[in-house]
Amino acid sequence: MNFGERTPAIYGWGSYIPIYRIKLDDIAKAWGEDPLVVKRGLEVDEISVKGPDEDQVTIAVNAAWNALKRAPEVSPRDIGAVYVGSESKPYAVKPTATIVAAAIGAPVTIRAADYEFACKAGTEALISVMAQVASGMIKYGLAIGADTSQSWPGDVLEYTASAGGSAFIIGPKSSDSVAYFEAQYSVTTDTPDFWRRDEIKYPRHMGRFTGEPAYFKHIILAARELMEKEGLKPSDFDYFIPHQPNGTFPVRVALRLGFKLEQVKPGLLSPLVGNFYSGSSLTGLSRVLDISKPSQRILLVSYGSGAGADAFSIVTQEAIERKKGLAPTVDYYISRKKYVDYATYLRFCNKIYGI
Amino acid sequence: MRGEVAVIGVGMTKFSEHWDKQLRDLFVEAALEAIENAQIDLKDIKAMFIGNMGSGLWIEQEHLGPLLADYLGIPGTPSLKIELACASSGMAFRLGVISVAAGLYDIVLVGGVEKMSDVTPSESIHHLASVADREWEAFYGVTLPALFALIAKRHMKQYGTTREQLARVAVKNHRHGSYNPKAQFQRPISIEDVLNSPLVADPLRVLDCSPISDGAAVVIIARSDIARKFTDTPIYVLGSGVATDTIALHDRDDITTLKSVVLAAREAYKMAKVEPKDINVAEVHDCFTIAEILAYEDLGFAKKGEGGKLIDEGVTELGGKVPVNTSGGLKARGHPVGATGVAQIVEVVLQLRNEAGKRQVPGAEIGLTQNMGGSGASCVIHVFGRSR
Amino acid sequence: MSIMSVPKAPRVWQLAERRYRLIGTQCLKCGRVFISSRRVCPRCGSIDLRDIELPRRGKIYSYTLVRNPPVEREKYGPYIIAIIELENGCKLTAEIVDCSLEEIDIGTEVEAVFRRIGEEDKSGVIYYGCKFRPVK
Repeated sequence: MNFGERTPAIYGWGSYIPIYRIKLDDIAKAWGEDPLVVKRGLEVDEISVKGPDEDQVTIAVNAAWNALKRAPEVSPRDIGAVYVGSESKPYAVKPTATIVAAAIGAPVTIRAADYEFACKAGTEALISVMAQVASGMIKYGLAIGADTSQSWPGDVLEYTASAGGSAFIIGPKSSDSVAYFEAQYSVTTDTPDFWRRDEIKYPRHMGRFTGEPAYFKHIILAARELMEKEGLKPSDFDYFIPHQPNGTFPVRVALRLGFKLEQVKPGLLSPLVGNFYSGSSLTGLSRVLDISKPSQRILLVSYGSGAGADAFSIVTQEAIERKKGLAPTVDYYISRKKYVDYATYLRFCNKIYGI
Repeated sequence: MRGEVAVIGVGMTKFSEHWDKQLRDLFVEAALEAIENAQIDLKDIKAMFIGNMGSGLWIEQEHLGPLLADYLGIPGTPSLKIELACASSGMAFRLGVISVAAGLYDIVLVGGVEKMSDVTPSESIHHLASVADREWEAFYGVTLPALFALIAKRHMKQYGTTREQLARVAVKNHRHGSYNPKAQFQRPISIEDVLNSPLVADPLRVLDCSPISDGAAVVIIARSDIARKFTDTPIYVLGSGVATDTIALHDRDDITTLKSVVLAAREAYKMAKVEPKDINVAEVHDCFTIAEILAYEDLGFAKKGEGGKLIDEGVTELGGKVPVNTSGGLKARGHPVGATGVAQIVEVVLQLRNEAGKRQVPGAEIGLTQNMGGSGASCVIHVFGRSR
Repeated sequence: MSIMSVPKAPRVWQLAERRYRLIGTQCLKCGRVFISSRRVCPRCGSIDLRDIELPRRGKIYSYTLVRNPPVEREKYGPYIIAIIELENGCKLTAEIVDCSLEEIDIGTEVEAVFRRIGEEDKSGVIYYGCKFRPVK
């Protein structure tokens, strides 16, 4: 893809996952379901739970601070845009991006807004920032995907909807950037697989319909579009990172596209922390950046219900080695955990009526 | 100013949860008792100084000065509310004394009153936090017990003060309170009771903390040269001292010393021409047990860090060398915030008059009151004597 | 929860950015650093002060577990309050999160995290700031 002189690239990346976890066993027990059946079907063991003083905004800011730690050469005063993607922002009207901008010390003269496209709102934010960097409208930009994912009590989504997010500082490719974007393609249709009506607290979905006609169709469409247009094949990539609603879909779509297990495993976090919605595939990317070497190629394909998919081809650079250690890694956040029971989970996630 | 003003009458309501009384009722009840005790007429009162911390917060009523003069039956009398957190009425007393010593008035009413029980306990905790730094302490979840717990933890770490020593303060004050018919709590407690009571702010437990209370206390003061017209036992104000410290605990260099107490005591002792060893009886500000331990040290009754030793040795018990809080203190007598300062003065005056009944300290000549605001951001101290 | 007991938006906004970014004040005469905005140094009386971005790491100076919360924190559960001494000597008061009481002591190293401090009510303004968690 021809971006012109200013190829958008990643300067800093950072994630944040809350410390609390709930085991799927405890959720199943609360509803009288068989934990083994549930876990085998989803291939998820436990999920992250937001603390009572956390929300999508705090996750976004903590991730942004970590991204800035990895981009010491970027001053917050040089950031020209902040875009945040989410479907759980605490203000329906008032962008999380405004609070993030204040919290990082960005100047008053910036663009900012929030994006919504279900689980691919984060990559939408990324596309916007990439475009503004490539067009020369901004020097650097900050893109974030973060969610405290909602799920209807007693619904199967409760087993996977979790909290977390990642942030990326984007600028023109240089010797200080850790990875540049080779190409970006998206697909969009009108598909009612999963949605949330205004004034309704929890999302609804169409069960098995969320598989073939939704997740698989769009990820495969977007991935094939990018590979065809760019003349790439699965073996040209070191990593494949799709959206991760559970532990099974990402592996199935990887194999169907012709990728191998070793390519999808490194970015697969849902078995241990669940599905962060807008933060999901982006945190998979964050983890891959934590462990990758220079000159490796990554295919990132997010999926958002409603529906659509964003595909990115990313190539790592030399600078990635010296920047990895500047902020806590995704593995660090995954490994630090405190378990809560179902009642505490309900309280922390504001799912109890009346409070 | 030493000896120029004397207390000629005292009165107070029982401290308790007065569900059926309003703030103005409590004040008038205490005031009429003091006026009777002073043997004066209503029209003799030339001015009123009323200590109160939070009438606006708790009962949405400000402008207590004219309100209380009105309801006492003397509208037209100069009257104002003085606010200095928990030291409000101690400060009101000082201003009353200054106004008499300055020659402005010859007879003045000084009181303190608070009505706290009309809101839920957690709302009271919120209002009480306004004596801390609202923006940089309370905003982040600090409560008054939390501040003293932070102090207690440091004191225990720096000087080895123990949990049992703190408990002893509460046990002593409850025992004293059982001799005081005006006290909110009149039942003795044991160290086990304190250690088993629910945690409020680690390490402080329910029985380490003064309660939420309603009540009023009033004294009548007069120029010393006319005092004997009204009473055979005028009690003279020998010394007065007041000082402040940073509002936030975190802005102090050492949180185990309350500088406001040290400075106020210095001024009061100097004016009264006494030393700590001359004090026979004292009412100190035990909003929390740790505060009494700190008071021992910062008033000069014990060296810094050795306040715990003093309570262990029984020095401050009734029967000991310097009984402290014979009224039961804030812990047992109760702590309607704005009323406490004057209530402390009522107790010391009764002691020096030899009218303290079962809790009398025999032969008490010199008494001290220490009234403190917030986490020690303010402190007012007075020294009283039987003779000048 | 009574209407008169909650902060209102302008007052929160006045200090919001200082809270988010841990911006304090330093006295240029005596060097002392304060968490709050100051025009006059309470230590030496100088009016020569400037804003300073504070370090985000420090040590616990004292701490306590609060079990009797004020009305606005009633449903939040017990929480730890501490006085923290930052790396440059500035002391501030904040909540300690992501740990139990047994995991900390005076001297434990902590670092700042961005958290929700509270909200006016379910339909009102949310206010954010820094809390601290043990560094592990």
